[in-house]
Amino acid sequence: MSTYDASFRIWRGDAEGGELRDFTVEVNDGEVVLDIVHRLQATQTPDLAVRWNCKAGKCGSCSAEINGRPRLMCMTRMSTFERSETITVTPLRAFPVVRDLVTDVSFNYAKAREVPAFVPPRGVAPGAYRMQQVDVDRSQEFRKCIECFLCQDTCHVVRDHEENKTAFAGPRFLMRVAELDMHPLDAAEEAGLDRKRTAQEEHGLGYCNITKCCTEVCPEGIKITDNALIPLKERAVDRKYDPLVWLGSKIRRRADT
Amino acid sequence: MAQVDRQQWDVVVVGAGGAGLRAAIEARERGKRTAVICKSLFGKAHTVMAEGGIAASMGNVNEGDNWQVHFRDTMRGGKFLNQWRMAELHAKEAPDRVWELETWGALFDRTPDGRISQRNFGGHEYPRLAHVGDRTGLELIRTLQQKIVQLQQEDFKEYGDHEARLKVFQECTVTRVLKDGEPGAAGAPPGRRPGGRVSGVFCYERESGRFFVLEAPAVVLATGGIGKSFKTTSNSWEYTGDGHALALLAGAPLLNMEFVQFHPTGMVWPPSVKGILVTESVRGDGGVLRNSEGKRFMFDYVPDVFKEKYAESEEEGDRWYEDPDHNRRPPELLPRDEVARAINSEVKAGRGSPHGGVFLDVSTRMPAERIRRRLPSMYHQFKELADVDITAEPMEVGPTCHYVMGGIAVDSDTAATVGVPGLFAAGEVAGGMHGSNRLGGNSLSDLLVFGRRAGLHAAAYADGLAGAPPAVSQAEIDAAAEEALAPFHAAEGAENPYTLHQELQTTMNDLVGIIRREGEMAEALEKLAGLRARAARAGVEGHRQFNPGWHLALDLRNMLLVSECVARAALERTESRGGHTREDCPAMERGWRPVNLLCRPVEPAPGDPAADRIVLERTRTEPVRPDLLALFEKEELVKYLAEEELYE
Amino acid sequence: MATGTEPPRQLTGVHDASRAAIADRHLRTDRWWLAPAVTAAGLLAFIVYSTWRAFANADYYAAPYVSPFYSPCLAENCQEMRGGPNLDLFGSWWGLSPALLILVFPLGFRLTCYYYRKAYYRGFWASPPACAVAEPHAKYTGETRFPLILQNMHRYFFYAALPVAGILTYDTVLTLRNDRYEWGHMGLGTLLFLVNIALIWAYTLSCHSCRHIMGGRLRHFSKHPVRYRMWGWISRLNTRHMQLAWASLISVALCDFYVYLLASGAFNDPRFF
Repeated sequence: MSTYDASFRIWRGDAEGGELRDFTVEVNDGEVVLDIVHRLQATQTPDLAVRWNCKAGKCGSCSAEINGRPRLMCMTRMSTFERSETITVTPLRAFPVVRDLVTDVSFNYAKAREVPAFVPPRGVAPGAYRMQQVDVDRSQEFRKCIECFLCQDTCHVVRDHEENKTAFAGPRFLMRVAELDMHPLDAAEEAGLDRKRTAQEEHGLGYCNITKCCTEVCPEGIKITDNALIPLKERAVDRKYDPLVWLGSKIRRRADT
Repeated sequence: MAQVDRQQWDVVVVGAGGAGLRAAIEARERGKRTAVICKSLFGKAHTVMAEGGIAASMGNVNEGDNWQVHFRDTMRGGKFLNQWRMAELHAKEAPDRVWELETWGALFDRTPDGRISQRNFGGHEYPRLAHVGDRTGLELIRTLQQKIVQLQQEDFKEYGDHEARLKVFQECTVTRVLKDGEPGAAGAPPGRRPGGRVSGVFCYERESGRFFVLEAPAVVLATGGIGKSFKTTSNSWEYTGDGHALALLAGAPLLNMEFVQFHPTGMVWPPSVKGILVTESVRGDGGVLRNSEGKRFMFDYVPDVFKEKYAESEEEGDRWYEDPDHNRRPPELLPRDEVARAINSEVKAGRGSPHGGVFLDVSTRMPAERIRRRLPSMYHQFKELADVDITAEPMEVGPTCHYVMGGIAVDSDTAATVGVPGLFAAGEVAGGMHGSNRLGGNSLSDLLVFGRRAGLHAAAYADGLAGAPPAVSQAEIDAAAEEALAPFHAAEGAENPYTLHQELQTTMNDLVGIIRREGEMAEALEKLAGLRARAARAGVEGHRQFNPGWHLALDLRNMLLVSECVARAALERTESRGGHTREDCPAMERGWRPVNLLCRPVEPAPGDPAADRIVLERTRTEPVRPDLLALFEKEELVKYLAEEELYE
Repeated sequence: MATGTEPPRQLTGVHDASRAAIADRHLRTDRWWLAPAVTAAGLLAFIVYSTWRAFANADYYAAPYVSPFYSPCLAENCQEMRGGPNLDLFGSWWGLSPALLILVFPLGFRLTCYYYRKAYYRGFWASPPACAVAEPHAKYTGETRFPLILQNMHRYFFYAALPVAGILTYDTVLTLRNDRYEWGHMGLGTLLFLVNIALIWAYTLSCHSCRHIMGGRLRHFSKHPVRYRMWGWISRLNTRHMQLAWASLISVALCDFYVYLLASGAFNDPRFF
């Protein structure tokens, strides 16, 4: 068991303003950044605001930026830093700050509401749903999402352009569209909802320039770009930019593909 | 006089975990305007931590399963102390609740014929747990969350407002359940007037520190457990026993609070992650427990009541994974209380692992690829937090405080609390369902079954009061506001809430932990009195905006109340049963079987903070219905039921 | 770190008034600029090299090897390649280098490729330069408008890339001759061409559009087991799309350079048999 003192710079402030403040704080074996923030609360700054819940990388609450990189504080081990290094912790920089490390993430909840929910198939009673594992695999990967919103934070479309927030759902919710479009029993199409088309026209899929930062930061290791966003772009192409597919679908309207 | 925002709702649900959200969905679908209030962000509730699965006897993997078998397993797991009617309803309704999730978009793992796959778990006779890898809780919470969003989208179409009939107040905390009744003297503690009905809740918003009141005739408590009163726990910061305390303060009693489940397998190293859960699925999927001598010690710890049900040799246990019909299950899959005690004994006997646990090894049973697919978050958790590759080496595990079986005493069918009209409780905060020990997987199904029932009956109750809702008095609001602001007015020499919390956790962990002794529990009660006195002087720095120190100071009241219940009830029950193990009374006593211990608040509340707050009351359980008793063999019942019950 | 010498605060992005007041465009301490810099340098080097070679209109054939930049050779002014990819579709009016006629297709394929898009958006446009590093542009509309909306054409270039890869395969088969056009021989160049064509195919088939067309667009894999299996293979290749993009880019340039060395007489092809 070894213990040392680490240098931390933590942003403190609120919507009115704030600054990076320096702290020296004890670090023990095996600890993560969130442990250090808790130690600061208990010993130096009792009112340091921070969000956290499970401390096991399962709830996605303790999102912050550590040395400029969006991360979960509970999954960032101190052993990944040099002992002499100063570790900078700031709130997520794509969202309005509330206080200290806490930001207003309501953007994400508003976007969640814009994605039409799963449409249950008509005439299939509860308990009568039959789906093959290979057919649910893809959507299951996306449902691993813990909604830490790190992908939403790092995505330059909204991070660097506040004005795009109205038009762009962000990786998390484009992935939700993909999840539903790949759900083997989603009956949106029968109900007159074309998720492939709305991905482009209503959720701003075209803003994505597939630079993969969402995939880079995902703590669940979901391949957001390769498995959700690009396939969704291809599906939008099917609908909007591919006359061959359009013609084919006109000629033989196959009920199931 | 505190000027606070007041809003009118039909049903208020406190807590947005599985039970709370299910209750809210039900109340809203019954046409009630429903508000959900939760301490964290929407979708972050502790339910996301649940890993293994949802127990429901759908019989998809083994057709022999049905509700009767599930009921039997649940009663055995709870050592027959379960509120049997709850166990019955739970076993009967769980499959419907799971299937319903699919119609809301949930994607469970599948069997080859396309149905919901089910896995083995401790104490369940058949593979019964619907699951999604080892992240079932996340799937559950996300599905409920998305169902709520869907209802809000409907309301948006109809009213132009997403929150017209269903609103989530996230990052808000309830500090008092408000009641009507005879007006008390100004400044009297709120919620204490006898005979009152629920009239609303008093809350603060964490972000701004602003107070507000939600007026509603029906309130559902679904706040989860109490684990944050213990040092080593798998629970998150939210688990401060809020609902338990709110119910007590409103005059509703708690039931059998001595039963606290220590999950046998929590991480033990590194220290900062000590207590984090290692899912029981590891054992369900073939993980074995070994001590430092390499011995599978669980074979030495099969208690008499379970002797016929578990394998006697490693060979038989191993065969069971392939051929469960002709072999008995390995003892690693005993109910959690048995496994936790066994691990504790091994460590005490000096046969523990280097960091004070035992070894849990799944790497020898399955190829690495399969482990990563079936236990992805365990693989990830150990890799990231402990540098352990579970596909190649054993994990070190030890018991961790996980769940409280005790809770608010409720009516089995309606989830209504005892003695406070309009107050309902569901999920972990409610007591009775699991008896003295909960089986893995029964928690998620409990949330759904009783969450729905609580929502249903809260809506019906609110219907009955439509037009004449109980009034909220200004005096009550003022008293609640004063209480909540007290930490800002602490005098010189104020106590640090973080220090108090740490001392409380140490006290409960060391003195009322997994193995209990009379002297230690008495000592704990003394220490708790001291902590109460100091907590009354807890003070905080800064202002009301998102101030975690302040939030903790307010939560301390709840943790101290609940801890006193646990310690007092544990001292009273002179036997060992399920989640209550006493070194000085090691045997399960049949005489205690029909005894419930109710914790009631001392009325009126004493002025001295160090004085006792809780009185105990012994009540007799309702006799088990004969047709349910008939599901068991006579020889088995003899081991559990008290002498006089057998002749009834 | 706040030094007081930063440019005045932009009003958007991370410097929006609602966000945490931090002056720096980023707080990353790692060498985040390395990856985009290397990418940009690599792409630039290829562009310079390929422009020179494409316009050179010389030294692209040394029997039995034809440079992949000039294959198929579509104009009359092409050098005669015996049994080789002469396909005079354009006739005599075309006076420029014949490479320009065919390079449009692989260029378009790579230009609209999901990986290369990432690479040049980051490396050349700095949009964004790296994750969580603020980009220098005031406005951003992504691929919603002309011309970038044309990126949606990627699958057509994929279709076009298939015959091109087929012809390069044919060229590779031709390298199993010696310089007197006798079959059954191999030289160092043959080896290079074999590696190159394997990489070209791997890159082409690992394309995201290909993955979608082969199976990604299906809703029920279980009802299309053959396409599901193909989708599975392509998905596995697809995870290496970036590596394949670079490897095939380098190999194609190497093949061309090798032919240049032979054709210009700077080097003699070592023959194995």
